Amino acid sequence: MKTSVILSVAAISAVVGSTALAEDSSDPIVIPVHNWSSQIVMSNVVGQIFEEMGNHVEYVTTDSQAVYESVRLGDVTLEMEVWEGAFGASFRAALEKGGLHDAGDHNAVTREDWWYPMWTKDACPGLPDWQALNDCAHLFATAETGDKGRYLDGPVDWLKHGKERVEALDMNFTVINAGSAAALWAEIGAAEADKRPVVVFNWTPNFAEAVWPGEFVEFPAWEDGCDKDPAVGPNPTALYDCGNPASGYLKKAAWDGMEGKWPAAYCALQQISFTNPMIAEMAKLVDTDELEPEEAASEWLDANRAVVDPWMAACSG
Amino acid sequence: MASVSTDTPNKQHGQVSKRTVLWTLLGAAALIILARAFGVLPEWLHRIPEGAIPPTAQVLDGIFSFIQNDLGLIYVTRFIAEGPLEFLLDTSANLLEGKRRWPNIGPIPWASVAGVAAVVGYALGGWKLAALGAGTFLWTALIGQWKMAMQTMSVLVVAAPLAFAVGIGLGILAWKYRWVERALKPMLSVLQTLPFFTYLLPAVIFFKVGPTAGAVATIIFAVPPMILMTTLGLKKVSPEVVEAGKMSGCSRWQMLRHVYVPAARTEILVGVNQVIMLCLAMVVLTAFIGMPGLGAKLLAMMGSFKLGRSFEIGVTIVLLAVTLDRMSKAWVVKQPEHFDRGTPWWKRNHLALLALGIFVGFILLAQVFPILSTIGRKQHFSQGKEIDVLIKSFLAMDGIRGVTEWLRWFLNVKVLIPFRNTLLAVPTPAFILCVVAFSYWLGGRRSAIYAAVFFTIVAFSGWWDRSVITLYTVISAVVLSMMIGIPLGVVAARSEKWSNRILLACDTAQTFPSFIYLIPAIMLFGVNDVAVVFSILIFATVPLTRYTIEGLRTVPPEMTEAADMSGASRKQKLMSVQLPLALPTMAVGFNQAIMFAFFMVIIAAFIGTQDLGQELQRTLAGTELGKNFVLGMNVSLMALTFDMAITSWAERRKRALGLA
Repeated sequence: MKTSVILSVAAISAVVGSTALAEDSSDPIVIPVHNWSSQIVMSNVVGQIFEEMGNHVEYVTTDSQAVYESVRLGDVTLEMEVWEGAFGASFRAALEKGGLHDAGDHNAVTREDWWYPMWTKDACPGLPDWQALNDCAHLFATAETGDKGRYLDGPVDWLKHGKERVEALDMNFTVINAGSAAALWAEIGAAEADKRPVVVFNWTPNFAEAVWPGEFVEFPAWEDGCDKDPAVGPNPTALYDCGNPASGYLKKAAWDGMEGKWPAAYCALQQISFTNPMIAEMAKLVDTDELEPEEAASEWLDANRAVVDPWMAACSG
Repeated sequence: MASVSTDTPNKQHGQVSKRTVLWTLLGAAALIILARAFGVLPEWLHRIPEGAIPPTAQVLDGIFSFIQNDLGLIYVTRFIAEGPLEFLLDTSANLLEGKRRWPNIGPIPWASVAGVAAVVGYALGGWKLAALGAGTFLWTALIGQWKMAMQTMSVLVVAAPLAFAVGIGLGILAWKYRWVERALKPMLSVLQTLPFFTYLLPAVIFFKVGPTAGAVATIIFAVPPMILMTTLGLKKVSPEVVEAGKMSGCSRWQMLRHVYVPAARTEILVGVNQVIMLCLAMVVLTAFIGMPGLGAKLLAMMGSFKLGRSFEIGVTIVLLAVTLDRMSKAWVVKQPEHFDRGTPWWKRNHLALLALGIFVGFILLAQVFPILSTIGRKQHFSQGKEIDVLIKSFLAMDGIRGVTEWLRWFLNVKVLIPFRNTLLAVPTPAFILCVVAFSYWLGGRRSAIYAAVFFTIVAFSGWWDRSVITLYTVISAVVLSMMIGIPLGVVAARSEKWSNRILLACDTAQTFPSFIYLIPAIMLFGVNDVAVVFSILIFATVPLTRYTIEGLRTVPPEMTEAADMSGASRKQKLMSVQLPLALPTMAVGFNQAIMFAFFMVIIAAFIGTQDLGQELQRTLAGTELGKNFVLGMNVSLMALTFDMAITSWAERRKRALGLA
């Protein structure tokens, strides 16, 4: 134990010594981690990049909505995954109050919409078309919904407008809100056993793709203004009569004080940009290969030096 | 319920007028409901109009920002959080899990911790406890959760002593000064019923996200019983002991230190036990605000649908809880040891020396055999995947499926949804009148007045419908758990062996992190009210069973003998002797069941509800402190209404039966 302490101290001092030019503060950069794998691994990857640059890093587990207040106050330094759909509202609210800012987008698109696991298609072959889904509504009926189909939407605070869409497109579905992502997985997991058809809210990139192959339902394509102007979309009198944008943003957010305190790390944060396949790979290392997050992160880093090194090179000195 | 043979037929005069009041209240409620049914009730009497609702949330927001920024309280709390508190947490984190902070000597090898736990267990309760202590830590290490468990423990070893210190300090003050007690009592009642979501956010804002906020939220949650038990213990110290202290010429401090506190030892240690249990109950919930370790891992595992690993973490938490619970309880029972004058010090402290020896020994051994220090990823025995398959295939079995499908249909369509719609259709004033009538019938005039005030506040908070839905879930769950818990308790109470077994099951169910129930509940019943009620049910049944057993087993043997002698059958004995005498104790369990249900209904928001919990969950984003507080107060006020009515009933009964 003692030797390892000495070794690690030596390693740290060596790293600190070699990159003294960066002039970053020696206070730890605090990185928040949440409860889904891609974010945890991504945060660890970024943390290890910062450590290579000579910074100290600490991780703190927080709720993914409550985190923006902490970034604002500077208690945590950054946030690696700001999803347009799920956290856009909390992010914008914190942005208005001041204290944090947008640190650029990842080169990744996010999609969030009605989704079904592949076995559903066996029962309702017309999918992924939404009208075909509507014709199969009876397949999704449950005790509480009577003869209407049941669609399990995301938590209300994700503001997915499932109810509005069902009304606007005159669909034969009842919308139920799940309380958490875990509730969505439990529902799919329960349906898996007897291959019961289900349609639930889901998003990509996400670990679920690897566990349960599936597809998004194709609604009338998103047009700008679909959420503001009733005239847009097939139903001339209603809002939300089209699918969600198939390419939402995935942002990074940073505390306003980060640039002044850790200029080199901040520079790297701006450079960092992960793509959909990279994010999927990170999630896979944990979810399928059962690695611990920090191991997954270092394994991912080893395999992707070509991507990572230029980010660090751009910011050293 | 009240017409059992042991009932005391006093207050003939009072009962007549009580009945009149009851009928008046219920009559008025019925009148309003009828008026509504015939459509003659003005809308403003059905629901309080939007315009009449005071902007409580906005006012509170203003007050919070005044306290936080203008008054500068945030600087004080931040100083505490980032100064002494963080120092303590960093130190313990370094020692236990090796966080890179002063004194930079950790982590302590797991074998040392397990060894010391064994010695402590032996000292407190012999070989059994020694095995439990060592076994718990051995399991934690072998299953590959050592680091996480130590991250959790590093916060708890700071939070629990602090909660103890604050609790005993305030408890002594409350005992010494009447006004402190008067001021504390309502605050403690509110604290005990306030949903945890309500103080998570202030904890984050004032004490910084991370272990500091986690520690503060844990302390706030754990401190009330410590205060109450301390005050209770000190009040019970017998005058003879006090006299003896005074006669030996004790100063005031000596009186407290050497007379009162030792005499109140049992109650204080019960308080300690409660503190430990409540700290462990918060392990998962505080993970939302930065508490590291087992809770955080559990949330991550549940987020990726890994039931097996979640289950293992749950087992670890239960083992830790049971170990600490049994050890602290053994400490309560154990009387201080006295040695003959002249016993050498190593003999007096031989167990402490043994513990030290094992501790140092394992540290040295770990230098040679690193496996004694940390167990690596490829070395542990986690069976996450296998358990995962096991749980999932169990939940998917045809027999179970068939039963749950039917239950889901029956409960939802025939019971829950109609009940809920009925409650929601009742006009607000009629609803309040019914609750007041219930409180009056059960708890008397005072309870009724509080019920009226509390529910009126709820009505004016602007969240009436959601409050009613919350209440509906709580009532449904408690009624169902009574149907399960009480018969279970009655059967178990017949024999010592079964009582102990069921009580152990109760302990396990209570400390098993409630989050883990949510997933199987959804998998069995889908996202709907049945799953919500089911997850609350597990939690609410525990106190009902526990106190039923407790109540029945503490019925004085003279009473049961008298019943036997008068030739009562087993059923007669149970119905007319044991149950009536156990009823006040069972009421405590009933009360706790309601409190637990109110606690759990908020967590059930993670399944998907339309009640106050759902709104509270939304406020986690952190921008609406005022709303957060209003919602929390609604839950608290409703819970307190029931708490007061039931408590006052139980106390009156006890007095009437001569048990108090």
